[in-house]
Amino acid sequence: MIVLFGVFLLTLLVITALAIVRSENLFVVVMLAGIFSLLMAAMFLILDAPDVALTEAAVGAGISTVLFLAALALTAERERAGSTNRLLALGVVAVTTLIVIYATFDKPRFGDPAAPVHQHVAPWYLERTPEAIDIPNVVTAILGSFRGYDTLGEVFVVFTAGIGVLFLLGTRPRRNSRSVRVALDESDAGLRHYLIPRVVGRLLVPFIVLFGLYIQFHGEYGPGGGFQAGAIVAAGLILYALLEGEEQALRVMPRWVLTGLVAGGALLYGAVGIAGMLLGGNFLDYSVLATDPIKGQQIGILLIETGVGITVTGVLLSVFHAFAARGRYL
Amino acid sequence: MAVFLDVVSWLLLSLGGAFVFIGGVGALRMPDLYTRIHAASLTDTMGASLIIAGIILQAGASLASIKLAMILLFLLLTSPTATNALASAALLAGMRPGEAIPWRQDRSE
Amino acid sequence: MYDVVTIATLATMALALVRALLGPSVYDRVLAVNMFGTKTVLLLSVIAFLYGRPDFLDLALAYALINFIGVLAVLVFFRSRALRRAANAGMED
Repeated sequence: MIVLFGVFLLTLLVITALAIVRSENLFVVVMLAGIFSLLMAAMFLILDAPDVALTEAAVGAGISTVLFLAALALTAERERAGSTNRLLALGVVAVTTLIVIYATFDKPRFGDPAAPVHQHVAPWYLERTPEAIDIPNVVTAILGSFRGYDTLGEVFVVFTAGIGVLFLLGTRPRRNSRSVRVALDESDAGLRHYLIPRVVGRLLVPFIVLFGLYIQFHGEYGPGGGFQAGAIVAAGLILYALLEGEEQALRVMPRWVLTGLVAGGALLYGAVGIAGMLLGGNFLDYSVLATDPIKGQQIGILLIETGVGITVTGVLLSVFHAFAARGRYL
Repeated sequence: MAVFLDVVSWLLLSLGGAFVFIGGVGALRMPDLYTRIHAASLTDTMGASLIIAGIILQAGASLASIKLAMILLFLLLTSPTATNALASAALLAGMRPGEAIPWRQDRSE
Repeated sequence: MYDVVTIATLATMALALVRALLGPSVYDRVLAVNMFGTKTVLLLSVIAFLYGRPDFLDLALAYALINFIGVLAVLVFFRSRALRRAANAGMED
């Protein structure tokens, strides 16, 4: 029965993807991209991957939509008619699709316990986690401790993406003499004249931030972790910026705080690694952080997940403010 | 007692599902934007309340019931607010009841 | 037990998708996305119980909160577009 639901959702996904490609009004594309991300989150849940589904839910429907709309406010809203050779591209894609489908004929059945992917490393992780780390969520154990280097790389990728965007877009709006600057009065900013959304939104912002913190610290016991938590907290603060206007949001969290968050999270992660070295172990060896190695592992995972969450929050908020400041439309 | 709970919760779930489906049909078949908003939002809230109540009966007294109650609370807060904001934005942009596109033709719709 | 409600929710998601593809004005599409979001929250809650894993309810909770932000962002976008056009029209006079 669940397989039928999965197939149905995949059909809706294909229809949405076709509609995204075929429509030329970019605003419609943004709306359909939101629906696409909702469908993907449901699919991930059916495939029994809740951490991924939570990340998709946090990033895809809320923050991606906001950033796409902020970019649309700076550019045109209709796709310019392209003059590419469509037939050649279609042919290449069709041939590649057929080759990939042919290659899947040899794959083992979905969920087959005798498949090679379940034989070598996976049972070792599943056996070692209760002995060495003792937390219920094996995904967080693998992400935080067994493959800690990879997650260090991921945090630095997010960090680099953040400073890349800030380099491209700048942190201060440039005075462009050709375009007309809409001098928005501060009392007009955001949704200040819409009373009901403003009241309900301001009521929700602390709950969203609190929920983000819950996801952050609960990541060892259930679906959650640093990336999801950072996205949810950033979404809550972006909600505040949408309601009250960008200037008020910058007064609440100034740019130096955001830059500090971006750098501070990555610094925290690296510092945990170096602390491991200073206390006698290897880089990113958490067992030496406390007298009991299991407690040390748990403390280490907690600290690095906090670092990841801080960096993700800072980067998403910086990118949002970079877009919004450029357009002066909030 | 357990059978009674099962029957009641099955009834609530099916009724909620029926409301949700009616809302979907209404959003598709109604002639105008405002009637569609009306159909979609009312049945949304009612269907969500019934479905979540049905699941809470199945979950009993546990952490899951508290989480479900919070989901219901946030749905009750945010869904009508989003509908209100959408309707007032549509009205201010010039959508008249009974017409399909704004009467002040913006360049791209 | 949960099959009827799952089928009803999936059918409604399909209907909302049709409305998002058809809707003559942009507000129809925003309505469709909002409806899709709340149906996804319900679907996630029901699937969480279908699988017997109540920890998955965190996802439904996250979605109930985040869906709101997407719709409000759309409305801020419309408002700013209208203000910009009014300002441009005013300055051309």
